[in-house]
Amino acid sequence: MGMKKKRWERRHLVELFMKAIMLVSLFLVAGALGLILWTIISRGLPALNLDMVTQTPKGGFYMGREGGVLNAIIGSIYLAIGGTMLAIAFSLPITLYLKAYLGDSKWGDYIRLSLDVLWGIPSIVYGAFGFTLMIAVGLRASLLAGIIVLALVELPIMARAMDEVIRRMPVDLEHAALALGSTKFEVAVRVVVRQMLPGIVTSVLLAFGRGIGDAASVLFTAGYTDRIVTSLMRPTASLPLAVFFQLGSPYPEVQQRGYASALILTIIVLAVSLSSRWISARLNKYTVK
Amino acid sequence: MSETISLKVETQSDGRSIRPSSVARARQDQTAKRTFFIVTLLPVILIVMITIALFLRALPILNAHPFTQLLFGDVWKPSAGLFGFKPFILGTVWVTAVGVLLAVPPSLLVAIYLAEYAHTMTRSVAKPILDLLAAIPPVVYGVWGLLAIVPFVQGVLAPLSDRWLDSIPLFAINQPTGFGILAAGIVLAVMIAPLIISVVYEVFSTVPNELRNASLAVGATRWQTIRRIVLPQILPGIIAAIVLAASRAFGETIAVLIVVGNVANIPTSIFDSAYPLPALIANNYGDMMSIPLYDAALLGAALILLVVILIFNVISTLVLQRLKRRSWA
Repeated sequence: MGMKKKRWERRHLVELFMKAIMLVSLFLVAGALGLILWTIISRGLPALNLDMVTQTPKGGFYMGREGGVLNAIIGSIYLAIGGTMLAIAFSLPITLYLKAYLGDSKWGDYIRLSLDVLWGIPSIVYGAFGFTLMIAVGLRASLLAGIIVLALVELPIMARAMDEVIRRMPVDLEHAALALGSTKFEVAVRVVVRQMLPGIVTSVLLAFGRGIGDAASVLFTAGYTDRIVTSLMRPTASLPLAVFFQLGSPYPEVQQRGYASALILTIIVLAVSLSSRWISARLNKYTVK
Repeated sequence: MSETISLKVETQSDGRSIRPSSVARARQDQTAKRTFFIVTLLPVILIVMITIALFLRALPILNAHPFTQLLFGDVWKPSAGLFGFKPFILGTVWVTAVGVLLAVPPSLLVAIYLAEYAHTMTRSVAKPILDLLAAIPPVVYGVWGLLAIVPFVQGVLAPLSDRWLDSIPLFAINQPTGFGILAAGIVLAVMIAPLIISVVYEVFSTVPNELRNASLAVGATRWQTIRRIVLPQILPGIIAAIVLAASRAFGETIAVLIVVGNVANIPTSIFDSAYPLPALIANNYGDMMSIPLYDAALLGAALILLVVILIFNVISTLVLQRLKRRSWA
């Protein structure tokens, strides 16, 4: 009897202990987010001013004189919008084909496998690949090259996220439309896309956020310039690279503007991430429950 | 409702019908099916294209030097025609290993907590936190590493290690800066944690509740149920999640580059600086057309990254797909 009681106590102690270290881990992870945000805000805020977001670099900017990173902000927005548009043009057909024709079949799993593998390829490899493509077709570092490579980086993220929401769509609506004589294409475009719009928007914004923050892929392909880009064929600055280059400066003022640029980038990315929740909640009103 | 697609309208002889004929709609369906099919092949084509393109561009260096000499050569001196990848490969492996070792225990515990213990409320708070952590760009992680982690390693961890663990080579302090493998590993650990947590959480949800209920009903505690019943079912999935995270760490560029020190030596301690492959590529892309074979060597480095990551990813994804498939059966 005594032994039985002792064993009973021990496994409950283990239970308590495991639960405690799980909670500690949870606070550790949440604390890491807090620590990152606190570091970026507290170090970035002092150097952040209106000039940073309304001016391009002026003479001597990289030695600490006046100017801002508007060229990089605009460049990043162009790059990410272009890359996201291109990625949508490919992701949507892929996910609709997976939904309408492949479903959970073996071939569907092969395509999902290839998307997951693409997702795992690091952006520096996409950048190197983009570089070989540019040499092959004679394209120089430009907004266009950056957009194409960012589209490659975003494609698997967007397509897999869309696939995850679309494959979970209840079959009732689809069956109802098919029973009324719709073709599979009509079901895909008029029923699936409309019903799944909130999830599709979330996927697009997820990929957009990943694209706007990516540095390694545009390093090779988009180049860098102090002017605001005006043509697809010209090189463009981007915010992640602006952060990266300013960090490497020996001038403390420039480094601090690097922290401020990191804060701007963080604000953009977090705003995209948070607004995607809000937008998809709003759009949910227009779907069939 | 507005028409989002234009359909070819066929009119009957009396001119009354305004609806597209079923023949036209069937044709449209066939065209769409064929177009979508071609687009759907794109991911597979891309993987093949990327591999071939990098291989062809790396071919000159593979022809100029024996493969083993490239992989195991210690000396990297492009101007003298010496391209030994060993310090860079080892640098990548060290940084990845430290990052994964630091990330796995807390990530697994968080995933288990969220999957098996947490209330819906806790989950709905934890999800956005993990999403935000995953959304932060690599370069911002790099800035955080530079401002917070490097000083922490230099000012706190290194002195502690110097005092208590100095006799162990793995923890020896061979250079005074905080830049190095440990700083990169800590940053990487935070970066890959959301991935491990979300994949492991999903793997846990493939285990049917009947198994848990049966175990709990005979008096087992939650943790006993997890350890004896749930974990054995999904061990392959957890290993796959870790491999997936390792491959993510393996290719991480900017964040690591900022804090790792970028010194091409063979590391012996976690406080040493290192020079991983992605950092090598990113740091030198500007000069790579000016020295013979340099571009081939750097694209060869990208090829090494690609091949290792392809292998890791294919294996882990297949394991995860099988687990999920089983849960539907």
